[in-house]
Amino acid sequence: MAATQEVIKSEPIISFGKQEKKLIKDPLHINNPITVQILGVCSALAVTTMLKPALIMGIAVTLVTGFSNLVISLIRNTIPKQIRMIVQLVVIATLVTIVELVLKAYSFDVWKQLSVFIGLIITNCIVMGRLEAFAMANKPWPSFVDGIGNGLGYAWILIAIAGIRELFGRGALLGYKIIGPSEEFLINTSSTPLLSWYQPNGLMVLPASAMVIIAVIIWIQRSKEKSLVDIS
Amino acid sequence: MELLNVFIKSAFIENMILAYFIGMCSFLAVSKSVKTAIGLGVAVIFVLAITVPINWMISELVLGPNGIFKTDLTFLRFILFISSIAATVQLVEMAVEKYSPSLYNALGIFLPLITVNCAILGAALFMVAREYSFSESVVYGIGSGFGWLLAIVLLAAIREKMSYSNVPEGLRGLGMAFLLTAFLGISFMSLMGINPSVYFVK
Repeated sequence: MAATQEVIKSEPIISFGKQEKKLIKDPLHINNPITVQILGVCSALAVTTMLKPALIMGIAVTLVTGFSNLVISLIRNTIPKQIRMIVQLVVIATLVTIVELVLKAYSFDVWKQLSVFIGLIITNCIVMGRLEAFAMANKPWPSFVDGIGNGLGYAWILIAIAGIRELFGRGALLGYKIIGPSEEFLINTSSTPLLSWYQPNGLMVLPASAMVIIAVIIWIQRSKEKSLVDIS
Repeated sequence: MELLNVFIKSAFIENMILAYFIGMCSFLAVSKSVKTAIGLGVAVIFVLAITVPINWMISELVLGPNGIFKTDLTFLRFILFISSIAATVQLVEMAVEKYSPSLYNALGIFLPLITVNCAILGAALFMVAREYSFSESVVYGIGSGFGWLLAIVLLAAIREKMSYSNVPEGLRGLGMAFLLTAFLGISFMSLMGINPSVYFVK
């Protein structure tokens, strides 16, 4: 977690000027939560074998970071410093419970697939990290924008990894067969799917491939942006 | 022998980090030297061995339909689990400080970090999802903590050696840590075939 707090001054309560744009844009690339801040790698990589759970996880984390930033920023002046961790955890846990119940009601199969990983959003370091570094020192609106921005920065990495893994590991995207021989093709050879010679790569389904893909994303990002290179 | 099975499964086959990526944040941040890695690993075992059984009791005796309230209160699970973990870590920290200052000096800085370590909450949630009994949950806590220690010490040792090698600029540090974790994960996969219960069936 960042020790220094970033303070942003903005006059009107709700506006969408340069600062807000920066708050959304920075986490997508220069200050990405996963590849640069190393926050929140924890819970979510295991959900990236397929695109659909990754999409839903990304949306859930974005909403939780946004609204927990908003709530904490609204009550930031009334929280005693000694128990702020517990207050933050309770706010996050409440939001995550709401997300879980909504998912359970409207998308039961995804809820089953994600199982414990929805609960782990609570200890996802992005949420805590942004609360400590931003929401405790800023007004509600910029905090909300910052939370949404960081959630999106996290979601796009997740979706990129899941897309690569599902496409090459299963030859499908969102469950629709795209490349490789489909079951239908094996029975009825008159239909020709795209690239039917492709054999799905079993390695992509293993957890290790997610780490390799992240490493490659970091490599590409850092060779483009020299300022991010680790000197130590 | 069911217990040994749970231990081996949680420590090696379903290793927290290498199979589920749980507890990655502190895993990547603290794995720069073997000494601190061992300190954090021991603290994680300690906290897991205490909090998993406590959370078992909470979910069975308080939240379950057969608990003291006789109603299904599972929607309160997240809030109660995370508060009990935060409270336990605080209590453990105070107790260790009072009764064993030397242990406190070794673990002290790591204990507060552990509250937000996903591995602790993750173990509690897995324990619920897999419907362990009380004794199994104790063993599961110790076993998954041991697996976590093993993984972080392995990575720290490799990263210490890595500092002498010429790594491409963009991969230095974080990128290399991810790649190494991937290779460790693949090597741990070879343990997947182990089924300890086979050897103990009489």
